[in-house]
Amino acid sequence: MSSLKTPPERPKRNVIPGFGLSMGVTLTMLSLIVLIPLASVPLVLRDYSLSEFWRVVTDKQTIATYKVSFSCAAAAAVINVFFGVLLAWVITRYKFPGRRILDGLIELPFALPTAVAGVALTTLYSDKGWIGYLFSKVGVKISYTPIGIKIAMIFIGIPFVVRSIQPVLEKLDPQYEEAAATLGASRARTFMSVVIPEILPAALTGFALAFSRAIGEYGSVVFIAGNIPYKTQITPLIIMNKLEQFNYPAAASIALVMIVFSFLVLFGINILQSKISEISRGS
Amino acid sequence: MKKSILSKTIAALSAPLLIVALTAFAGFASDNAAGKISLTNVSYDPTREFYEQYNKLFREYWLREKGQDIEIIQSHGGSGKQARSVIEGNEADVVTLALEGDIDEIRKAGLINDGWVKEFDKSSAPYTSTIVFLVRKGNPKNIRDWDDIVKPGIEIITPDPKSSGGARWNFLAAWAFSDRQNGGDEEKNKEFLRALFANVTVLDSGARGSTTTFVENGQGDVLLAWENEAFLSQKEHPGDFEIATPSLSILAQPSVAVVDTYVGKHGTEEAAKAYLQYLYSDEAQRLEGRNYYRPSNPNILKEFGGAFNLNIKLVNIDDEFGGWEAARVKFFADGAIFDEIYQR
Repeated sequence: MSSLKTPPERPKRNVIPGFGLSMGVTLTMLSLIVLIPLASVPLVLRDYSLSEFWRVVTDKQTIATYKVSFSCAAAAAVINVFFGVLLAWVITRYKFPGRRILDGLIELPFALPTAVAGVALTTLYSDKGWIGYLFSKVGVKISYTPIGIKIAMIFIGIPFVVRSIQPVLEKLDPQYEEAAATLGASRARTFMSVVIPEILPAALTGFALAFSRAIGEYGSVVFIAGNIPYKTQITPLIIMNKLEQFNYPAAASIALVMIVFSFLVLFGINILQSKISEISRGS
Repeated sequence: MKKSILSKTIAALSAPLLIVALTAFAGFASDNAAGKISLTNVSYDPTREFYEQYNKLFREYWLREKGQDIEIIQSHGGSGKQARSVIEGNEADVVTLALEGDIDEIRKAGLINDGWVKEFDKSSAPYTSTIVFLVRKGNPKNIRDWDDIVKPGIEIITPDPKSSGGARWNFLAAWAFSDRQNGGDEEKNKEFLRALFANVTVLDSGARGSTTTFVENGQGDVLLAWENEAFLSQKEHPGDFEIATPSLSILAQPSVAVVDTYVGKHGTEEAAKAYLQYLYSDEAQRLEGRNYYRPSNPNILKEFGGAFNLNIKLVNIDDEFGGWEAARVKFFADGAIFDEIYQR
C-alpha cells in the first residue's frame, strides 16, 4: 500500500490552501503599485553622473529643505504620539456622549483632500484668521512659519497614531491594572509599568507612520508654509520646483535621497520596535 | 446551489446591459463619422472664463463656415504642469499656455514642429497681459512704482519664479525697471531684486495661491499680479482693492500652438489651426478685452483704453532679455541669479 507512505515533501503543506495563488497576486500587486514605480526613480537617473547627482542633492538650498522637512516631521510625529495616545485612551476607556462621533472624526484628515485641509488651516491660523489672530496678539505667527508646517503635519498624521494604539488599548484587560493596584502600585506606577509597555510598540508604529506621512506631505503644507527659501521650504516642494523646470533627473535625485532617508528611519524604528516587543514579552 | 442561481441571474441581467452599452458606444462612433469633431485645448488657470465664452463663439463660427459641429474639451491647471501633461501623453490638439517656454518644452519633446512661434501673428500671442500691483483699498502704503515696494516694511506677495512660470514675468519686470534706473549695472539690479525678495513674506507655488494669500488671507501690502488676475480679484471683491500700474512693466505674452503630432493622429489639423487663428478675429479680440486680457490688435486695444492703463511702458522679453530661453538660463536655472539672490 503505497498510499500509506506519504512523500516526504507533502506533509509540510500549509493548513490554509491557496498560498501559491495569494502570494502570486500579492507580488504582482506589490510590483505594479509599489516596486516598479519606486524603481523607476533611479531609472530616470541612468544618464546622470555621480558628481551631478551629488551637486544637486547637496545644494545649500536643498539641504536647508531636508532640515525643515525632517525636523518638522519629527516634531509633529512626537506631538502626535502624545496626543494620539491621549485621544485613543479617552475613546477606549471612557464612556461619554458623542464618543462615537469623536471616534469617527479621527479619520477625517484621511478623507479630506489635503489641499482643502491646507487652505482651511492656513486661513484659520493666519494672523487674520480666528485662531491665528489670538496667537498674533501674543506675538506668535503660525501660518507661513515652521509652526504652521508642523500644524499641517500634525493634522494629517494624527489618525495614524490613534488607529495604531486604539486596538491595543481595547484588548488590554483592565484586570492587569486592577492587579497592579491591589499589589499596591500607585496609579502612576501602574500606568508606567503596565500600560506603557503594552502600548509602546503600537505607539512606535504610529510614530513611524505619522513621521513618514509628514515627510512626504505636499498638498497641505505648501499652502501654510510660505515657501521662503532657507526658512520654510520643504523638500517635496523643491522636487516639484525641479519638475516645474522640466528637470526630471534633479527631481528624481532628491526623491531618491528622501526615499533612502525615510527607509533608514522606518527601518530603525522597526528594529527598535521588535526589540521592545521582545522585552515586553519577557524573552 | 443558491449561489449558482444568483450568478446566473447576474449574467442574465448583465448581458442586455452590455449590449446597450455597446450600442451606445457604436452610436458615439457613428456620430463622429457623421462629421462631429472634437478638439482638446490644454490651457492654464486664469483663462477658464475666457475660453468658456470663446469656445461658444468658435463653435458658432465653425458651424457657419464648415457646417460641422465641433466640441471643445478644456483643461486648466498650472502652465508648467499642463505642458508636462501633454509631454507625458495628454493628447492635446492645441495648447494655450502662460509662457512661450512651456510650449517650447513640448516642442523639445518632439510633439510640436520647430518654428511654431512664427505660425501665428504677433509671435503666436493673440492676447497679452502685463504685471501690475494689486494694493489694498485707499493704497495705505502709497505704492506707485517698483522702487516703492523695495522699501523696508513693505510686505510683498508673489509666487515663486522657480515653481510658477507666471511669476517669472514679475521678476523680469522688476529687473527691467531696475536696469533702467541703474544704467545696466547688474550688481545693482541684483541688490534691487534682493531687497524686493527680502520683503516677500509668502512665496506661494502658483499665481492662484498668491492671490488667495493676498485676497482671502489678508497677507501683505501688495500682490504682484497679472493684470487680468488683478482685475478679476477686483471684480470679485468690489471696493476692497485697487490696481496700481507701475511706470514700467513687461509685456507678458501667453502663447498658443497647434500640437502637430496629435492633430496628425486625430486628423484635426484644419480645425485646430482655425481655432487658434480665430483668436485674432475682431469678435474674439473684444472678448479677450472683456476678460481683461489686452487684445493684440492695436485698434481693438484702444477700445479698451478706459479699462487698461495704456501709458505704461511695456518692455518685450525678446528685446530686453534676448528671448525666453536666454532669460530662463540667466535667471531661473539652478544656481542662476534668482538662487543667488536668496543665497546667504
